[in-house]
Amino acid sequence: MTTSSLLAGPHGTENVVIRGARVLDPAEGVDAALDVRIDNGVIAQLGESLDTNEHRVIDAAGRTLVPAFVDPHVHLRTPGREDEETISSGTAAAAAGGYCAILAVPNTDPVVDQPDLLRGLRARAEAEASVPVGFMAALTRGQAGEELAELAALADAGAAAFSDDGRPVATAGVMRRALQYNAVTGRMIAVHCEEQSLTRGGQAHAGDVAAELGLGGWPSLGESLMVARDADLAADTGRPIHLMHLSARESVDHLRRAQAAGAQVTAEATPHHLCLTDEAVRTLDANLKMNPPLRTETDRAALVEAVRDGAIAAIATDHAPHSPEEKDVPFESAPFGVLGLETAFAALYTYLVGPGMLPLETVLLRMSAGPAAIFGLERPRVAVGAPANLTLLDLSATWRVKADRLRSRSTNSWLLGKRLTGRVALTVAAGRVAFEL
Amino acid sequence: MTDLRVIGGDLMPPAQERRHLLSVADLTRDDVERLLATAHSFAISQDRETKKLPTLRGRLVLNVFYESSTRTSSSFELAAKRLSADTLTFKASGSSVDKGESLKDTAQTLSAYDPDVIVLRHPEAGAPAFVARNVEARVVNAGDGKNQHPTQALLDLYTMRQALGRLEGVHVAIVGDVLHSRVARSLVQALELVGAEATLVGPPTLLPAGLAPTSHDISTIADADVVYVLRMQRERIAAGANFVPSLREYTACWGITPERLREGQRVMHPGPMNRGIEIDARVADSEASLVIEQVRSGLVVRMAVLYDVLTAGRPVAVDTAVGVAS
Repeated sequence: MTTSSLLAGPHGTENVVIRGARVLDPAEGVDAALDVRIDNGVIAQLGESLDTNEHRVIDAAGRTLVPAFVDPHVHLRTPGREDEETISSGTAAAAAGGYCAILAVPNTDPVVDQPDLLRGLRARAEAEASVPVGFMAALTRGQAGEELAELAALADAGAAAFSDDGRPVATAGVMRRALQYNAVTGRMIAVHCEEQSLTRGGQAHAGDVAAELGLGGWPSLGESLMVARDADLAADTGRPIHLMHLSARESVDHLRRAQAAGAQVTAEATPHHLCLTDEAVRTLDANLKMNPPLRTETDRAALVEAVRDGAIAAIATDHAPHSPEEKDVPFESAPFGVLGLETAFAALYTYLVGPGMLPLETVLLRMSAGPAAIFGLERPRVAVGAPANLTLLDLSATWRVKADRLRSRSTNSWLLGKRLTGRVALTVAAGRVAFEL
Repeated sequence: MTDLRVIGGDLMPPAQERRHLLSVADLTRDDVERLLATAHSFAISQDRETKKLPTLRGRLVLNVFYESSTRTSSSFELAAKRLSADTLTFKASGSSVDKGESLKDTAQTLSAYDPDVIVLRHPEAGAPAFVARNVEARVVNAGDGKNQHPTQALLDLYTMRQALGRLEGVHVAIVGDVLHSRVARSLVQALELVGAEATLVGPPTLLPAGLAPTSHDISTIADADVVYVLRMQRERIAAGANFVPSLREYTACWGITPERLREGQRVMHPGPMNRGIEIDARVADSEASLVIEQVRSGLVVRMAVLYDVLTAGRPVAVDTAVGVAS
């Protein structure tokens, strides 16, 4: 099976010339004012003052054209909670956020642990998705953490990766078997690190803020203990593993140790963990409740540093739609999770690039080339012969996040009402214009 | 008379017209002084033969209780009645809440009666703030989850000042299950606000870090002017909880007995007490105990809170509203 078949969705044959943008592809070493001509959905020519060949011309002067983003962690809520998100709405949100590909996690209702269910989802994505989608399948049956799912059959049916996201694989024995057996598929295993005996009843980071507010604590150790275990299992089995949504400084320490020792361990961090601390929880706004929870400034700084130096190679949104009736309730009864697709770049640009905490180039790499490499997807790039996966950014534009303007079917964004800098003006995904402001 | 300050121009007026009482963290020291002084004015009125004041005539106070409560709900109800407000008490059990109605819908439904104040007790942190965002009425937090119980903290300050004559520099040892206690959280903040000092004493598993200095050694209560005893709940020793091995062991290590108190120390408890568990009956019934004073203070402090949220902190017109000469 080729890597391109990890994704299901639209393929375009757009003929377009994007004129006058600053073309910035850090992985290709490109940073120049260039025109880009796309023939039949493929980048055909880069240069100055290109002929239009009667293509549609998009004037991009003053804007920045970058490789489109890849989100390796999206909850599409389909099947089961189509009131919260559908393949159609979720991929429209992805396109509006500048993404050309997303990976959907399988903790749906029912759980994606059957090949036919996976085939059905892929068929629906072919019909209704705005950008290509890779569907992850469960690592264990029903995500119960006890028996392995049929990994080979699921890989044949098109599983993009395996994950029990939403919950950990509780026992080391099952996790070890999964890593060993998964050699037959070669797909990535992505893990949600949580030692549940330490996090039960946890509502917020077990620190001063939770102590003061009387919220149940979700300690850093609840994550880092599992990170240490899974990193050691990856080293022991010699198999790769990907750590989802890291939040704690201690987890980053374990990650670095494992990487230095040569284990194949990769990791992702979310925009909310990179931009916020648990101080934000004082508002008791349910849109600041996520799993793992927001932590302290020390943790946030460790995550940003790991993103800067590449120990954390991917930024993932963990886009988690929840209906208003579930989220418009007091903090403690709200479910975990927040939206991310439509605001990820602008949040990172506003809160990290603007203040000088991360270079723009690093953010672009971690949102595109990084996650693509981890999951074996074709790297979006601005190069002749590459499929057109491009995002046009207006870095000087400011905009306000408004619930009624979101493409997602849900509105549980931690950024509602906030004014952000940096806006996606155009997304070309798999050779097709998927979003245009 | 104690050294309570008389309400006057030296107290800062409140910032905005529409006011809630959601958390001690929202209060300034001036707010606390104003509330305690208002409570004191009302206390004087309660010594008279006719205890009812016309102050809030025609106003509606809704008591909305999602958790069982005896003293808090009756204290609020009586406080509202003493101020001539209409009251209506809504208990969540046996109501539409049992039929799955959300807090938002319940709040909006009750709002249709145009209440002036909603007094809310709820098992989840932040529920009063949530209701405040969804209704026009003023909201008074009567306890939310393990987060806050601001009127309890205010009545405790009032009681301490009455008993000790001061708050500044007073040392309070809070003993027991601080982790699960909204009373302790509010009180620690309130004590800090008025320049008093708190120490938390109890099993290490039940003392959160970061609120105040902690100790698991019961002998450290010797330094305190006031020993504030928290209720020890049976749930904490349920199988799987493991916060303490048994109630017997808790009592042996942290129960407040006459032997553990020194001369002159005062003892407080937010109630209801578990006699023989966290507090020895001999202590509960002793001269040192301020428990009954706390209940009495609760009435006048809640009168002051209802008055304050509805008048945006305007000074009590002592002659007309209270009817006593200043």
